[in-house]
Amino acid sequence: MEQQKEASTFGMWVFLLTELMMFGGLFGAYLIYRIKYYDAFVAGSSSIDVKWGFINTLVLIGSSFTMAMAVWYAQKGTRKLQMVFLLATMFLGAVFLGIKGIEYYAKYDECHIPGHIIGKGFNATGGPGCDTGNIAEEIQKRARERGKPEVPEASAIQTAQQTEIFFSFYFAMTGLHAFHMIIGLGLLSWLLMRASRSEFGPEYFTPVELGGLYWHFVDIVWIFLFPLLYLINRTKT
Amino acid sequence: MAEHSHPTPKLYGIILACLVAGTVLTFLAATWEMGIFNPIVALTIACTKAVLVILFFMHIRYSSKLTKITVAAGFFWLLILITLSLSDYLSRALPLGS
Repeated sequence: MEQQKEASTFGMWVFLLTELMMFGGLFGAYLIYRIKYYDAFVAGSSSIDVKWGFINTLVLIGSSFTMAMAVWYAQKGTRKLQMVFLLATMFLGAVFLGIKGIEYYAKYDECHIPGHIIGKGFNATGGPGCDTGNIAEEIQKRARERGKPEVPEASAIQTAQQTEIFFSFYFAMTGLHAFHMIIGLGLLSWLLMRASRSEFGPEYFTPVELGGLYWHFVDIVWIFLFPLLYLINRTKT
Repeated sequence: MAEHSHPTPKLYGIILACLVAGTVLTFLAATWEMGIFNPIVALTIACTKAVLVILFFMHIRYSSKLTKITVAAGFFWLLILITLSLSDYLSRALPLGS
């Protein structure tokens, strides 16, 4: 049994490392574009509501803790507490996705979704129905508030238009992450079903252990996404 | 087998507290002007948090040597991907993308 668990854990890690390469490719591309379009990345990042990202980080860290506890009680074979912690993890995961929905809706409302298929099309320079998401104006306001030299309108508009690349990364990375969360919720419901049948105990709890590994991995991705997407430059001066 | 000891709920609680503290710290650090050090501090905190999750929540601290070295090799490979890509882009005589 011990050897089987060892083999399963090893296999799960190999899978997670392929996931790491997939997200890693996105992070690498993100870094290169962030260096090239730094001003646009700052402007785009500052237009996201950091409050939700912060709360979501805490929610996800909390869900990792409840998941670790679920694994602990699965190993102990405590059916009830195991189910309580699996449910708590699912609840926190759902809260995370709900908050993500609020954030996505705000971006939709501000015309910050890249491309021209969804909503009113990308528009960060103000216009009919898109005035709340005027990033060009924000750039000039930011410079004025901090006593920096006035940003010419043409250059503010150019930077605002370049934020489309930032939002492409924002949606690709948080979207892929949210997709993993949805799969994770599916896995957790399956584990919950099996836990309710008292299938796990000290002798056999590998599925919970591996589900936990997956959930924690998704948490790690968010631990990097939060500072890279939300906190590029939030300084006050 | 590497079943020496196992983390306890108390340890999980301590890790949770560290992760929450790290999140608050990374937010505060981002509002503080440190120039070039802002991203460095942010990534250092993120890496520390990730290592805590991997070692304790993901039980790598208590895993076999084979699993340990596999995980380490994977993350090392990621570092190669990012370091070599960036050293290429950053060291070109022409500006990025020209």
